[in-house]
Amino acid sequence: MNASRTATLQIATPEGVSFSLPLAGPFTRAVAFFIDFVAIMAAMNVIAPILRAMQLLGGDTGVGLAILIQFVCMEGARMAMELLWRGQTLGKKVMGLRVMDESGLKLRPSQVVVRNLLRFVDMLPLFYAVGGLVSLFNSRSQRLGDLAAGTVVVRTIKTTPPDVASVLAGKYNSLRDHPHLEARLRQKVGPEEAQVALNALVRREELTPQARITLFENLATHFRELVKFPEETIHGLSDEQYVRNVVETIFRRRKGTD
Amino acid sequence: MIADLKTFIERERPVWQELERELGRVREGLASLSDLKYSRHLLALYQRASADLARIQGYSAEPELKAYLENLVGTGYAEIHSATRNSRHFKPWHWLTRTFPDTFRRQIWGFNMAVILTFVGAMLGGILVLHGNEGREAIFPSQFGHLVEQTPSQRVAREERPTEFDRMSGHKARFSAELMQNNITVSLRALAFGITFGILTVVLLFYNGVILGAVAVDYVMDGQIVFLFGWLLPHGSIEIPAILVAGQGGLVLGRALIGWGTPHSLRKRLRLITPDLATLAGGAAVMLIWAGIVEAFFSQYHAPVLPYWVKITFGTVELVGLIAFLFLCGRRAPSEPAP
Repeated sequence: MNASRTATLQIATPEGVSFSLPLAGPFTRAVAFFIDFVAIMAAMNVIAPILRAMQLLGGDTGVGLAILIQFVCMEGARMAMELLWRGQTLGKKVMGLRVMDESGLKLRPSQVVVRNLLRFVDMLPLFYAVGGLVSLFNSRSQRLGDLAAGTVVVRTIKTTPPDVASVLAGKYNSLRDHPHLEARLRQKVGPEEAQVALNALVRREELTPQARITLFENLATHFRELVKFPEETIHGLSDEQYVRNVVETIFRRRKGTD
Repeated sequence: MIADLKTFIERERPVWQELERELGRVREGLASLSDLKYSRHLLALYQRASADLARIQGYSAEPELKAYLENLVGTGYAEIHSATRNSRHFKPWHWLTRTFPDTFRRQIWGFNMAVILTFVGAMLGGILVLHGNEGREAIFPSQFGHLVEQTPSQRVAREERPTEFDRMSGHKARFSAELMQNNITVSLRALAFGITFGILTVVLLFYNGVILGAVAVDYVMDGQIVFLFGWLLPHGSIEIPAILVAGQGGLVLGRALIGWGTPHSLRKRLRLITPDLATLAGGAAVMLIWAGIVEAFFSQYHAPVLPYWVKITFGTVELVGLIAFLFLCGRRAPSEPAP
């Protein structure tokens, strides 16, 4: 297991595969901390009337309880959230972060306790100066609390398998009218070129409109130069449709193949 | 190659989706890995997803699929490989009566060190007070102003003066809560300072000893030994050991960072002591809650309201009980296996 330069933590599993966890940077962590701070303050304001009522109605006992509730909320809120929400606080949820064991395993409660106990040292002397500096020089972006508890903060990314089927199926392909030209196209397009075209189609929604137009324009120009289809076949096809047809032509399952 | 990818995704997607669904159920507590048949099924799904990831890692051009499978395998790895260590739920009574004293005894060297440091500090504090009252302002922190402004005899006279009203009446609970808050904060900081290779923990324990020694010698020199024991024993018999336990945690952390006498790597050393640190911190906090209650509701009453022999007896019983608890509670019989 080691951390790469692209701020990811590589974990090798006993099954012989490795996967990477994207590590959170100091800035996103600071924003998450600020959100938590604001949320805790807001919660304290919400319960303030209850605490005041306790003090008024409960007398000395009410005052004592109010002090303890305030203390527990201020000191224990982050710890409680991380314990209950599997390494996430409100701020971490908003920022898409999660505390994890540095071996990729689930957090142990003791790790949550220790990393939060040491927060006080990380915050010294002001504005997380110690913790921030330590995490800047640490390959896993760990503050002192993380180092002691053996934890890392990772970015949680919602992923889905690429919808290749929808890219390649269900659309009319005018290039099919020319099987001999399709065969030549398959012959001339290399695997890497085809892969780039497929990835461009799969990830087209992630591109900005201008980048999408430019990318498909370049790809279509390239494929048009490789094999020239009759003008009436490709007339009116946008660059993106042309690339889609090319990709469908190349990877369409043909009879006798699997 | 890409025709393979399409077929590959179509064929494997149901497996991935099932694994994703089942991992979600495990996370939500709707399914348990203690069911052997279920856990075998989940393991098979996870291993198949792992094999798929290994296969796709050969191609550099499927970043989206690779990211998805890495995420899925990562989640599965965390759930399946953590199953054994998270199988037991937290049981507060077991933790208090077994885990805490067990941990205390396992790391007893840290406690012994904390006692020695406090004792050496106390000796220095006592010597400083013996050499004149001028240094008292420098020794006692500002919150102990009453120890500087008046002699022990003056304080005892004031405390024992008969009054019509209970001066603690109406704010005992508040005082107790403030004591708990302050003592827990200070003690946990002593533990957290262990991250400075234990140096600041040593300083804190030593300074705490200096104050303790100075106060003790000040009262002894003024002939107020009975008042001293009556005042300090009821809450101090728990509060002082609690601070020592927190200091023990700090020293354990410091030692793990330094790495004396162990062949393990830093990460391994820290991993080994993390549960002990959390336990010692929790144990110290529980002790300080009790000490806070006793200090506010009991320690502040002196003779003639509360005879000193009652207070001293109470404090002694507490101390003996604490020693018995820490050193004897939860001991296993030689034939009993370790957890």
